[in-house]
Amino acid sequence: MGVFDGFFKKKSSGEVAKDRLKLLLVSDRSNCSPETMELIKNDIIKVISKYMEIDSDGLDIQITQNHDESEGPALYANIPIRELKK
Amino acid sequence: MSEVIVITSGKGGVGKTTTTANVGTGLAKEGKKVVLIDTDIGLRNLDVVMGLENRIVYNLVDVVEGNCRLKQALIKDKKYPNLFLLPSAQTRDKTSVNPEQMKKLVDDLRQDFDYVILDCPAGIEQGFQNAISGADHALIVTTPEVSAIRDADRIIGLLEASEIHKIDLVINRIRMDMVNRGDMLSKEDVLDILAIDLIGVVPDDENIVISTNQGEPLVGSDTPAGKAYSNICRRIMGENVPFMEITGPTFFQKLANVFKK
Repeated sequence: MGVFDGFFKKKSSGEVAKDRLKLLLVSDRSNCSPETMELIKNDIIKVISKYMEIDSDGLDIQITQNHDESEGPALYANIPIRELKK
Repeated sequence: MSEVIVITSGKGGVGKTTTTANVGTGLAKEGKKVVLIDTDIGLRNLDVVMGLENRIVYNLVDVVEGNCRLKQALIKDKKYPNLFLLPSAQTRDKTSVNPEQMKKLVDDLRQDFDYVILDCPAGIEQGFQNAISGADHALIVTTPEVSAIRDADRIIGLLEASEIHKIDLVINRIRMDMVNRGDMLSKEDVLDILAIDLIGVVPDDENIVISTNQGEPLVGSDTPAGKAYSNICRRIMGENVPFMEITGPTFFQKLANVFKK
């Protein structure tokens, strides 16, 4: 992180490369096939749908690096809620 | 004690063959008895980089199939009498040899040489499995690019799965001017991502092209790449050679970059 990064948000291409690689390698190393990810996604939709109405098309899951890197990879799910069931 | 070193990368075109030629020649220069094996069957190149393409009679597949004795296929280097090349076959494919045959060949060569160095083909198929089958030590060559580093990471995983745990990294073709302005991954960035030991950083140097044109490895010459390869050889022999200090951008360079944006 450079001195001026706080003021000038534009990342250098080297930093962009490093960030892209970190994400890429986490998913490469996790050995999770797209099919498995699809199965996980469908199961999440099934479970959450019991309690609330969700936008299943907008649902996005991915394996990425945890914000705290010492904790290893994490499964992030972004699940847009349409309506909370009463 | 002899050591079998495989030079590998996953991705093609990052400098495996150039590294093999220079590391092999450098170790021979230090007085070691060295044999280089080109395992890229069908796409042989190491002979050309070494400048020995006109001396080939027999090749790796001939040895494995028993068409000749091992000694007959070894080509002596032009400059160093203690350096030999076992060339690959140009008109065959990777299935002509299997990992068991390679392991036996390498074990035979261990008896007579201090270092057996294998130039691995790109990819992770049978050619790769052949090349690593008898190795004790792997040098992974990468460039500071996303694609090459991704493939290097995959190779590290495959080597560990094959019980090769002595793995060192060579970062090739680094350009300090680009690193300093933040447009290339630095040595530290690459190490941070791959988390393996570093054995050398080779700067992008046009002398490599000249040396390949002439078929004479430039290790040991007074060029940036020549010095970097010498250092790698000394580290392979167990010497503790400090890395040339590579500086990050200074305060004024950062300031100048800000105004450029």
